[in-house]
Amino acid sequence: MGPLRFLLVKDLQILRRSPLLLVLLALYAIVIGLPVGYAVSRPPTKPKVAFFNEVPASGNSFSLGGKTLDASKYADRLFDAIDPIRVDSRQAALGKVKDGEAVAALIVPKGVTQALQAAVSLSGSSEKPTLEVYYAADNPLKRNYVEDTINAQVAKANQALGRELTKVAAQYIGVLLKGGGFSLLGQRFDVLGLQRSTAILAEVERTLPARGAKRAEVERVRRFAQLAVDNLDLSDAVLSTISNPIAVDVNTVDGQTSSLDGYAVAAAVTIALMFVGLLVAAGMLALEREEHAFGRLVRGLVGRTALVAEKILLGAIVAAVIAVLLVLLLALFQPVDFGRAPEWLPALVVGALGFGAMGVAIGALTRDVRASSLLAFLLSLPVAALALVPSGSISKTAYDAVQAVGALFPFKPTLQALDAGLNGAGPALGTSLLHLTILIVGYGLLARLGLRRFGART
Amino acid sequence: MPPLRMRRAAVGSLPMVSTGLLAADGIVMRFGRRTALRGVSFSAEPGEIVAVIGPNGAGKTTLLSILAGLQTPTEGRVSHGVREVGWVPQQAAVYRKLSVAENLRLFARLERVDDVDATVMRMLAQTGLADRAGDELGALSGGNQQRVNIAIGLLAGPPVLLLDEPSSSLDPRQREVLWAFVSGLARESATTVVFTTHNVGEAERYADRVLVLADGELLFGGTPAELQAAVAGDGADRDFESAFVRFLHERGH
Repeated sequence: MGPLRFLLVKDLQILRRSPLLLVLLALYAIVIGLPVGYAVSRPPTKPKVAFFNEVPASGNSFSLGGKTLDASKYADRLFDAIDPIRVDSRQAALGKVKDGEAVAALIVPKGVTQALQAAVSLSGSSEKPTLEVYYAADNPLKRNYVEDTINAQVAKANQALGRELTKVAAQYIGVLLKGGGFSLLGQRFDVLGLQRSTAILAEVERTLPARGAKRAEVERVRRFAQLAVDNLDLSDAVLSTISNPIAVDVNTVDGQTSSLDGYAVAAAVTIALMFVGLLVAAGMLALEREEHAFGRLVRGLVGRTALVAEKILLGAIVAAVIAVLLVLLLALFQPVDFGRAPEWLPALVVGALGFGAMGVAIGALTRDVRASSLLAFLLSLPVAALALVPSGSISKTAYDAVQAVGALFPFKPTLQALDAGLNGAGPALGTSLLHLTILIVGYGLLARLGLRRFGART
Repeated sequence: MPPLRMRRAAVGSLPMVSTGLLAADGIVMRFGRRTALRGVSFSAEPGEIVAVIGPNGAGKTTLLSILAGLQTPTEGRVSHGVREVGWVPQQAAVYRKLSVAENLRLFARLERVDDVDATVMRMLAQTGLADRAGDELGALSGGNQQRVNIAIGLLAGPPVLLLDEPSSSLDPRQREVLWAFVSGLARESATTVVFTTHNVGEAERYADRVLVLADGELLFGGTPAELQAAVAGDGADRDFESAFVRFLHERGH
């Protein structure tokens, strides 16, 4: 432990005497970690869509089942998912799309409320109320996204209208069943209702001769009415099912899902650990050769294995300190459960050791600090990208390959361990820590083998 | 008793002198199919300064690295263990971000010397860098860095000091300071010094004995004067560098 401790103190002294480098490294990790962490944990931003409503404010209402509804209330649902640029003409809306300021234009035509009124008043009109959408043709990916977004929101608006229609239909059926008054096209009607009809028929049936033909006829009519009463009693449930035929029960496989903010913290901390751990461990091992001290050290003063262990530890210490600072910084803006520290701190430390080990393997393959830093930097970005590829975004074979390659690097298990530690989400913490431990040993061995390439004179 | 030396060394293996403080016996070093050293044997006495000279690729650094324990020879043996030999690589193996004293202290601890502080003070005094003890190595001249480099090699008080082209990056004044230091070390501490150099003038001036290596073979071991005398004809009239070149030429190098 003695030589290892002396070297560790020496390296920390060297780092302390390079404050600019250290500050830049920390800032870089934080500046990159924060936005990337938040970017990967957020859905895409709302697309900007030019919006022109040709319907005047006074013409938004329509009547349904005796109630007056506001069509603009349903149109507003569209704005949950888009960022509208309100314009005052059709030309202006199309101009925004042509200029590239908006990815699409959404136009509510003048007659849409009337068409809606006709559709819901069962007047027999076949003309559906239609919204007009215009897309920019330059970006098919974005067009696809905007199209899906608008379709989804229109479906939601249709669903809301459908619910209103269902309510009205249920009211009508209720009147048919139980009787009572209702209004249609401004006229008031009083309906007897099937239940009362059945009762009247039963009374009439009793007054007729038992074996008479009239009684048999009335009995048939009463049975029919009773059958209708029995089945129409279920109409509310049936209509409710028709308006929402498919329900969604949201579950997750392999544990819980963290909140987006919680996942963002885990991702940001992992990215910071990666940059600092890799760069410090790789750079400081390469520095031993750049300073020509490697040969002197391994000439009986320190074993190569001890040197590898010391650099892993060094990278892990510096990375963990910066990552903890980042957690404290993030805690100023969003809740971080410090009560879970016994779970996320080990995840953070073992993750730091994982990146330290990978960094040392990089440092063992390169001859100088510049080459090792470049290699560490070049490797870190694809390693992170591989770990963040979501399932379903590529073919299963490609995803399996990405998973297999990603499992060889400490990014994904660190992210999973931190997510489990911070948010209690994802696979079990123990599994990720075991994965990281295997990687630490593997990269340590790789580094040890790599150092054999370099003679003691190096 | 005068040092036992290999005089007028013949081509091929040389007799092993068991009484020498530092001895190498039949050193062969192969890198794949290439043979870097071919049965090199020699010895050196306490306080003796031995220069290893030869053309590029002769095997000088390989020989020194084997003596230092940095490489294991394919065949042959060396009399001393790694910890008994001080090693000073060609380029200063020091940490430029640490001060002179911190470098010395670090390596003294790694060498497990008994009294680290006393050893550091002694080395600072010996190198004449006591007043620069707190300065970062990177701020020192090449000559002073080399002095620290040598001091680190001497921290454990080794009886043998190996220097790989110690003056190659120094200006003439710094070279003088360096050699005065090394000569004093050999004289006062009876430290055996073996160094490699391309500067044959330095070998003539500061070495008690020179070993001439060419193509992995030890061609000569003796005093500089003996090397001059070994050159056929009017060797005595030649300067040392000319005699050395002629010597190599006569032996087909």
